[in-house]
Amino acid sequence: MVVANIIQAVNMALKQEMQRDSKVVVLGEDVGVNGGVFRATDGLYKEFPGRVFDTPLAELGIVGTSVGMAVNGLKPIAEIQFSGFMYGPFDQIFSHAARIRMRSRGRFTCPLVIRTPYGGGIRALELHGESGEAIFAHTPGLKMVVPSNPYDAKGLLASAIRDPDPVIFYEPMRIYRAIKQDIPEKEYLIPIGKANIVQEGNDLTLIAWGASLKMCKDLLEEMKGRYSVELIDLRTISPYDRETVINSVKKTGRCVIVHEAIQTCGFAAELIAAINEDAMLSLHGPVVRVTSPDVPFPLYRLENDFLPSMARIKKGIEKVMEF
Amino acid sequence: MAKKQEENKSDIVSVLDENGKSDEQYLSKISNDKIKEFYKAMVLIRAFDQKAFNMQRQGRIGTYISYKGQEASQAGTALALEDKDFIFPTYRDSGVLLLRKQPIVQILQYWGGDERGLKSPDSVNNFPIAIPVGTQIPHAAGAGWAATIRKSGQVAVGFFGDGATSKGDFHEGLNFASVFNAATIFLCQNNQYAISVPRAKQTKSESISKKAVAYGMEGIEVDGNDIFAVYKAVKEAADKARKGNGPTLIECYTYRISDHSTSDDASRYRSKSEVEQWEKKDPIARVEKYMQRRGIKIDKDAILEEAKAKIEKEIEAFEKISAPDPKDMFKYVFAEMTPAQNKQMKDLLGE
Repeated sequence: MVVANIIQAVNMALKQEMQRDSKVVVLGEDVGVNGGVFRATDGLYKEFPGRVFDTPLAELGIVGTSVGMAVNGLKPIAEIQFSGFMYGPFDQIFSHAARIRMRSRGRFTCPLVIRTPYGGGIRALELHGESGEAIFAHTPGLKMVVPSNPYDAKGLLASAIRDPDPVIFYEPMRIYRAIKQDIPEKEYLIPIGKANIVQEGNDLTLIAWGASLKMCKDLLEEMKGRYSVELIDLRTISPYDRETVINSVKKTGRCVIVHEAIQTCGFAAELIAAINEDAMLSLHGPVVRVTSPDVPFPLYRLENDFLPSMARIKKGIEKVMEF
Repeated sequence: MAKKQEENKSDIVSVLDENGKSDEQYLSKISNDKIKEFYKAMVLIRAFDQKAFNMQRQGRIGTYISYKGQEASQAGTALALEDKDFIFPTYRDSGVLLLRKQPIVQILQYWGGDERGLKSPDSVNNFPIAIPVGTQIPHAAGAGWAATIRKSGQVAVGFFGDGATSKGDFHEGLNFASVFNAATIFLCQNNQYAISVPRAKQTKSESISKKAVAYGMEGIEVDGNDIFAVYKAVKEAADKARKGNGPTLIECYTYRISDHSTSDDASRYRSKSEVEQWEKKDPIARVEKYMQRRGIKIDKDAILEEAKAKIEKEIEAFEKISAPDPKDMFKYVFAEMTPAQNKQMKDLLGE
């Protein structure tokens, strides 16, 4: 075991998979000599000569050429420095990466991982804080993964790299270094598509992912067992673990969903639709979602007002419990 | 304006022009059989193009994109490549696909709304055609880059038109390919129009091939209606790439005789006389004349009939193909279907 934060866990997974499979290459802005602006790729450039590329400053080029590499025998791991820069190459992701297997009837595949830091709360510049997971979940042919802790980050990233299809890997920037955990040095995999029941409970199901998960955990600690809450870390947004969500809501009859993304068409909407379809008769009250409002992400002096807070999550829990 | 541009073309690669002027030194190295093969290839793809156009008019396939006039650019490129090479074609490159072993049945299937048509035969690497303009250019850069990394000896060819050179994808693709020494050929068929917008309105650059200079890449302009010139340029660029000497931008200077698509009417934006001027530069006619001069005997009618018969046979097979199974929609999205897809498929099919 070794103590690691999320960024170190990402680095360990990259290193491990590059050692394991010579087809894996890493490319992106500043990922080589500099080791990445967050140090996620630290040391890889030296350890794997000719397999780690500092690219020109061009996100479309990074993703577009990664698609070409993926169809011609490599397993590229592209880093987009901040998730706010994913929209330039979105055409490449939506129109090509996600459709190659289907359009070629399986003759070509696109085993590509796009890693990108996402989320608010660190007083960053404009377009550095958004949560766009629902946009990618709304793109058929993509997988969308969001770890919330070092252990999951390592195991999920290894699975993403071994996955035969394109995976968007969202790294919660706010908690990159906030959580330290003992994690195994040797390889292990966490399957894509499986949620994690972080704590079991009977009164209420609380669902979150990424940086919001830590906030929920901290809140539950603060509330000191006032309610018996089942906390679910969704971990994979697409394809998400419907079964775990439904079974939990059937048991508790109450549900609160937290995400940093804006409300309308946020992923909570999809979860609520699934609960409506499969667990409606178990509900004691409406499902509550605690999200950001439908406005552009503000500059940082207002970001804590914009993002879900522990106080707002607590209010959401109380609303459901007191219904 | 167009005339003036052409007068400036002192460095355009030409082997056989429309007036019969020829580079005998190069042509003497090409066998009679090879010349016949070139000719037959162009006759075949022109006959297919005409047939596909007619089939759209008869409602037997959907929208079709013709490449009439560009046969030399397409055949010259396709015949210069090896099976293991990668091509990233556009919607206007059915001729390239046909000569790269894509069965005619499948080409018709695609234009007939059946995705099964896009599947590349196993023996070649024909990437599905790109519908958005220019987005395939970075793919060709990436596949060529992978060939360099893997030392696979492959070349990746990205096809595009003059309009695509205005897109960011063009810039980012060429820049990456040059920086990473990708084994890529960027093959521009400058057919003078992007639907209605003429080449002069796409760029103030004197030529498209000159754009290569800024990327530190070799740029070559060839007479795109001269199959020998295209073949020579592509072959040389491919040899160079295979040796690890990086990418090339080739501009095939040609003309789209057809409308943009079966939904377009080109008479709205260009004159009849302009089209007639270009018809005089026909890529097939000049090879016929040359073969006569060189004493290569062919039976023109028999070659055309043979091409037509081959096409008819494939059309017969195409029209017998049953509709795709709706389950097919779900089958190839991921390596394994997701639980949600599985459920949706069952709901959809009432199972």
